[in-house]
Amino acid sequence: MTENLKVSIRNLNVFYGKKQALFDVSLNIMEKEVTSLIGPSGCGKSTLLKCINRMNDLVEICNINGQILLDSVDINEVSQDPVLLRMKVGMVFQKPNPFPKSIYDNVAFGPRLHGMTKSKEDLDNIVIQSLSKSGLYEEVKDRLYEPGTGLSGGQQQRLCIARALAVNPQILLMDEPCSALDPIATAKIEDLIAELKQQYTIVIVTHSMQQAARVSDRTAYMHMGELIETGMTKTIFSNPQHEKTQDYITGRIG
Amino acid sequence: MTVFLLILISSLAVYGFILNKSKASVMSDTNIMHSQPHYHGLYSAFITLVPAILLLFFWSFIVNMITNITLKDFFSDITDTGLIKFYTDGVIGYAEGATDKIINHAGFMPAVEHYQALQHNNKILQFIVISTLSLMLFRYSLKFVEVEFKARDYIERVIVIVMRASAVFAIFVTIGIVLSLLFETLRFFDSVNVFDFLFGLHWSPQMAIRADQVGSSGSFGAVPVFTGTLLIAFIAMTVATPIGMFSAIYLSQYASENIRSYAKPIIEILAGIPTVVYGFFAVITVAPFFRDMGAFFSFTNMSSESALIAGSVLGIMIIPFVASLTDDALTAVPRSLKEGSLAMGATLSETTKKVIIPASFHGIVGSFLLAVSRAIGETMIVVMAAGFAANLTFNPFDSVSTVTVQIVGLLTGDQEFDSPKTLSAFALAFVLFFITLVLNVISLTIVKKYREEYE
Ligand SMILES: Nc1ncnc2c1ncn2[C@@H]1O[C@H](COP(=O)(O)OP(=O)(O)OP(=O)(O)O)[C@@H](O)[C@H]1O
Ligand SMILES: [Mg+2]
Repeated sequence: MTENLKVSIRNLNVFYGKKQALFDVSLNIMEKEVTSLIGPSGCGKSTLLKCINRMNDLVEICNINGQILLDSVDINEVSQDPVLLRMKVGMVFQKPNPFPKSIYDNVAFGPRLHGMTKSKEDLDNIVIQSLSKSGLYEEVKDRLYEPGTGLSGGQQQRLCIARALAVNPQILLMDEPCSALDPIATAKIEDLIAELKQQYTIVIVTHSMQQAARVSDRTAYMHMGELIETGMTKTIFSNPQHEKTQDYITGRIG
Repeated sequence: MTVFLLILISSLAVYGFILNKSKASVMSDTNIMHSQPHYHGLYSAFITLVPAILLLFFWSFIVNMITNITLKDFFSDITDTGLIKFYTDGVIGYAEGATDKIINHAGFMPAVEHYQALQHNNKILQFIVISTLSLMLFRYSLKFVEVEFKARDYIERVIVIVMRASAVFAIFVTIGIVLSLLFETLRFFDSVNVFDFLFGLHWSPQMAIRADQVGSSGSFGAVPVFTGTLLIAFIAMTVATPIGMFSAIYLSQYASENIRSYAKPIIEILAGIPTVVYGFFAVITVAPFFRDMGAFFSFTNMSSESALIAGSVLGIMIIPFVASLTDDALTAVPRSLKEGSLAMGATLSETTKKVIIPASFHGIVGSFLLAVSRAIGETMIVVMAAGFAANLTFNPFDSVSTVTVQIVGLLTGDQEFDSPKTLSAFALAFVLFFITLVLNVISLTIVKKYREEYE
């Protein structure tokens, strides 16, 4: 396993108005690994995740201090463009949110937006490749021009993953991507994650210990806005250093 | 007297409420009652009040009926019902002092006396009958407080009946209006050909006043009136659509919570300004402005009543309407779609253009159509700013007239109620009603469809 540092979060504090949501969080995310964020509801997992692609910029009352280095460059620096950042850092949401457009147009959304293709063939190729990567192509190849909202929940989520992959990101953020899905659809997404990590760095928020254990290489446990413990998933689950982590993993908090 | 009666039976009802409620609450200390104490109270109040009020409501109706029947008895020797009606009307007129014409018939004076006696006793009788009824029902209602008594069910039923009656009333009034419109329209088409009306190019109903004049039949070609309406509505939408839509987009996508919390209510207040105020505004501010502009660009034939002025003010009037409805449509788009697009690296305006507007397109079209139907149906501004001359023109600087303005012109002042001139107003109104109905149905169907998509 290559031990390349992809994202380095240093002493991050996040405030929503007067309320502090993250306290001095420091976390390293390694390239082409899956890092899972776990912890009880309201502990700040989504907040941390959204800092990595600056989606918190959209929340008026949100203030951030600390550093987030992506390939050693601070993403919050004035010279950094959030649009380019979000091309590099894709996001998949808790609830599948395909646009009310055709399957094709959903996947083509990003490439068109950023003018990534010169010809229709290029665009077709990107769409097909992205759908194949998300394991959806075989299921939808006959109905690419039907609305994406007509797919099943699991298919919609994979469509959203394909949409994110179409702009060729380096990092994929996933906020509880399986919480609206049944076990079979969940298993498909988990397989997909295992495949995608060959090419992408993935950060996933999950409420399921089993899922974290199954898909992730590293796990970070958060509690009330603080990062309590981080390490290799195997170590965290078999031999947690911190009492709170142990309580959570064994089901005593949560 | 009637006021006093109302106070009396209301107090009785309140008293019944209190009595039954307290009796029931004492009972409920030791029993599990079917109905809560206040239902027992309400039951008594209803029983005391409702029949009495209903009787009061129909009283004069009933009295008139009785009066008529008994008055007829005085003229039982006459067989012609029309004549009887004439005599009884004469009796009532004389008895009330409206005329002093005495009809030469043996029954006349006795009938007058009978009528006066009836009227005199009427009020007293009304008071006695209704208060007695109410009192009896009040006594009667007090017996019902029992553990098993289903007061709640009765009250529930009464409430349903009241609501159903209101709904039926509203629907019947609407149907009545539409039907009367339809019948008057049909009467109009007795004297004027339908095709002449719908496709005729000349509108000058005023001719019909004097029978000996040339062209005394008037000219009822409605095309200029409808083109005038369309021209003004078009100008209005040209003003209102961009401004309304952009402000809605700004408010729903860009404005901070703080700005939004002020701006949205202000827009809704604007929508509530009486249209006559906009009419003033058109005459006092906008008309001189356009005239000066015209003078500046050396247009000399700029009239102070023109489609342009009326249309622009009408447009200003519907801006808040368009803005508010469009804003509703835009904010109905789930936040998750907006976030999804932004997370793909789209800017806010790209997101609005490529995701939010397409997703709420139905709603936007619906609000646009509702605004058009508002513009077409608007009267006050156009009366004040557009004028009465029904010119067939598409020149915005000309004075044109609209359907609503013509209707106002046709129906104000002294009019015979069966001349084609007056009846033509109904025909215009009917066509207008039909157009706005179709627009509303289409737009509401569209709006409904997009609501369903996100629920
Ligand atoms: N937009 C916001 N405005 C104000 N407070 C917020 C906002 N978003 C999150 N918070 C607060 O920040 C804290 C962390 O929220 P966050 O959504 O990151 O939790 P989470 O760990 O993702 O929880 P869950 O597992 O329930 O999704 C919470 O206390 C929450 O109330
Ligand atoms: Mg969350």
